[in-house]
Amino acid sequence: MTNENTALNTKINSGRLNSHEDLNALRQQIIDKHDPTKLEVLVCHGTGCIANGSMEVSETFKKICETSGIDVKIKPNIKTTGCQGFCSRGPLVLINPQGIFYQRVKPKDVEEIIQKTIINNEPVERLLYKDPKTGEPIKTENEIPFYNLQERIVLHNIGKIDPTDINDKIAAGGYQALAKALTTMTPKDVVTEITKSGLRGRGGAGFPTGRKWQGALKAVDKKGGPVYVVVNGDEGDPGAFMDCAIMEGDPHAVLEGLILGAYALGSNNGYLYIRAEYPLAVKHLEMAMAQARELGLLGENILNSGFSFDARINRGAGAFVCGESTALFTSIEGKAGTPRPKYVRSVEEGLWGRPTVLNNVETWANVPLIIDKGADWYSKLGVLNNTGTKVFCLVGKVNNVGLVEVPMGTPLSKIVEDIGGGVPNGKPFKAVQTGGPSGGCIPYKLKDLAVDFDSLTKAGAMMGSGAMIVMDDRDCVVDVALYFLRFLEEESCGKCIPCRLGLSRMKEILDTFSHGKGSEKDIDDLISLAKAIQDGALCALGTSAPNPCLTTIKFFKEEYLAHINEQRCPAGVCKDLITYSIDPDACTGCGSCARHCPQNCISGEKKKVHVIDTQNCIRCGICMDTCKFDAVQVN
Amino acid sequence: MNSQVEVIDEILECYPEKPEYLIFLLQDIQSAYGYISPESMQAVSDYAGVPITQVYSVATFYQSFRLEPKGEHELRVCLGTACYLKGGQRIVEELERKLNIKAGETTEDMIYTLDTVNCVGACALSPVMMVDDKYETNLTAGKVNKILKNIETE
Ligand SMILES: Cc1cc2nc3c(=O)[nH]c(=O)nc-3n(C[C@H](O)[C@H](O)[C@H](O)COP(=O)(O)O)c2cc1C
Ligand code: SF4
Ligand code: FES
Ligand code: FES
Repeated sequence: MTNENTALNTKINSGRLNSHEDLNALRQQIIDKHDPTKLEVLVCHGTGCIANGSMEVSETFKKICETSGIDVKIKPNIKTTGCQGFCSRGPLVLINPQGIFYQRVKPKDVEEIIQKTIINNEPVERLLYKDPKTGEPIKTENEIPFYNLQERIVLHNIGKIDPTDINDKIAAGGYQALAKALTTMTPKDVVTEITKSGLRGRGGAGFPTGRKWQGALKAVDKKGGPVYVVVNGDEGDPGAFMDCAIMEGDPHAVLEGLILGAYALGSNNGYLYIRAEYPLAVKHLEMAMAQARELGLLGENILNSGFSFDARINRGAGAFVCGESTALFTSIEGKAGTPRPKYVRSVEEGLWGRPTVLNNVETWANVPLIIDKGADWYSKLGVLNNTGTKVFCLVGKVNNVGLVEVPMGTPLSKIVEDIGGGVPNGKPFKAVQTGGPSGGCIPYKLKDLAVDFDSLTKAGAMMGSGAMIVMDDRDCVVDVALYFLRFLEEESCGKCIPCRLGLSRMKEILDTFSHGKGSEKDIDDLISLAKAIQDGALCALGTSAPNPCLTTIKFFKEEYLAHINEQRCPAGVCKDLITYSIDPDACTGCGSCARHCPQNCISGEKKKVHVIDTQNCIRCGICMDTCKFDAVQVN
Repeated sequence: MNSQVEVIDEILECYPEKPEYLIFLLQDIQSAYGYISPESMQAVSDYAGVPITQVYSVATFYQSFRLEPKGEHELRVCLGTACYLKGGQRIVEELERKLNIKAGETTEDMIYTLDTVNCVGACALSPVMMVDDKYETNLTAGKVNKILKNIETE
């Protein structure tokens, strides 16, 4: 938080809010205090940009603004935000109100930004994004295709507000939905609105949220309260950070959704279960909860409505299976999180054996939007039975890596090629893995597939929580299938045999393929084993585990056959099936490969062509990594 | 400095004496000491009213708990999907060779612990590793060697 903001806070210091009018008055007060002509510098403090050094950038801004004797009238507000979305261009800096977008900003660039943009209202051209087709610089965020082809609704505030300052959120309309519900809607109205919106769970399975809530209400009718509401922020999918970005960048959205759910269900206690590796998300949510409590938006008698609700955070401890609902509840109870059979659904018998509603982070973040703008508005987004938008984490071999939000039903090619800017080497993508370890590989030939729950399931893949991993011709599908199986075998809790033994057997078979061994019959065995696991495993970790393997066999059988029959890995990945060599035309004799080779098996005189002794080569790939001239080739 | 027993008592007192706080207690003890010793397991067992076997089962079930002291520096290489596809495995292997340990182990001189993680949220900069709390991004074998040298000359 900047000094200016702190000063603002102390001036506003509102105390407890007792009505919708109080909230509106506070909002107005914050807006009035804000000088619309004053420039705002938004420095991205999402995990990606922090990893890229954005903290030094914001520090430098603050330091220069404090010490350079800049006129107070033009001294900008410096704000730090959650992930602004375009992570591969980070550290990002946005200058408002103009919306000027600066990319790859280093601390040494700050002086120039202040001199040119803040003082003289001119852009710093070299820091602008360049249109990849024309090379022309683009000045504002809204003109950049990566942003303007998206429909950012859940992400609307992320990257714009300071997630550690509740006033910033209130000015942006935070807690309006809650105040509206508490004053003008009955709990039943809230459930009806969510049902009507068609919202489906964003955690993977796509179960209709309204129906889940109704199920819990029925259970409460039958056996009485208490009932619990829980946020699933475990985000175990290795290679996805949507939920992380939402919790870090707009924690109040998740919290407001949870409070609304609690009101709808008559719950007084909630839990937020957050992945161990997300310390910043935990910190921001803790701050958000403390600030909301202070204003009377969380805790006893919220907004003087008579409704009380509070929540606490449980940090995960590093077990993928704890994202599964029953395992998550067991973990909150303080035990080893293994799933249990769902003869009784968890809405009836969840946490502490009580009726419980568990929803994903993004699902909860959608709730305030629906209550605020109405189910009719919401259900017009997306396609039939798949309403609203979905946030994706677009990563892998794609030019524009980052957070992408589009309406459900958007064609895959629009996401990967138009928004994502396609594959770096300019060729068509080979496949896109959606849904992480439970999902599947979608080949280029299905590039026009609509990305929604039903279409993806039909193609054998899965929406999952929203990871989208783009692969190019240098990625081997056998290797990727093996990667996910290794991951799941390790994460299997071991409670049921189909998963525990089945996955390790599948892995063994795939492993033989990657060594160029095995036979076509093994592929058939693999498929029938996969079917048995799908039928027999206790929880969805097991039943969905074969998906990556089955979809790659379905769409890339020839690549499997190349491994088995020709001992060849077309993508040049599987170690036993490749050799490295040095292209004499490209080699400059710089010696970098020879210096780094752990086997000392590269030789050559200085400035002369180098050669790899393939007998001793362990195919670690380091020579290829270190060669600046792309002279090392895989055969 | 306070003795380990005193610090553990301080941690225990932050939570009610209930089994549901078992994981909280172990997490706090681990962040104070870097690992969970048999003595602290016993203390937690007594305090939360959970049999020691169950404390052990929880401490071994969750990957983030470590039952042995870790080295002065913790290297955690990301093997999330994005990092894996961009060569994260090569980075692990290079570190295994350089430090002469396998992932999950600590060097004999107790300087390095090498671990792998699944996604630390910086996928745009893959392959990534965390050196203690610092992100090291866009890794190559050369960069890894420089990072190790920097730590050694610190
Ligand atoms: C092995 C496994 C891991 C899961 N991991 C997550 C997760 O990390 N985040 C999540 O929201 N849902 C996860 N789920 C799905 C949850 O079980 C549950 O369906 C979801 O949280 C319900 O919320 P939703 O209806 O809002 O999607 C996982 C399921 C399984 C079987
Ligand atoms: S399917 Fe796997 S993870 Fe799920 S209960 Fe069975 S062994 Fe455990
Ligand atoms: S972290 Fe800065 S753009 Fe994603
Ligand atoms: S996969 Fe490595 S940071 Fe996300």
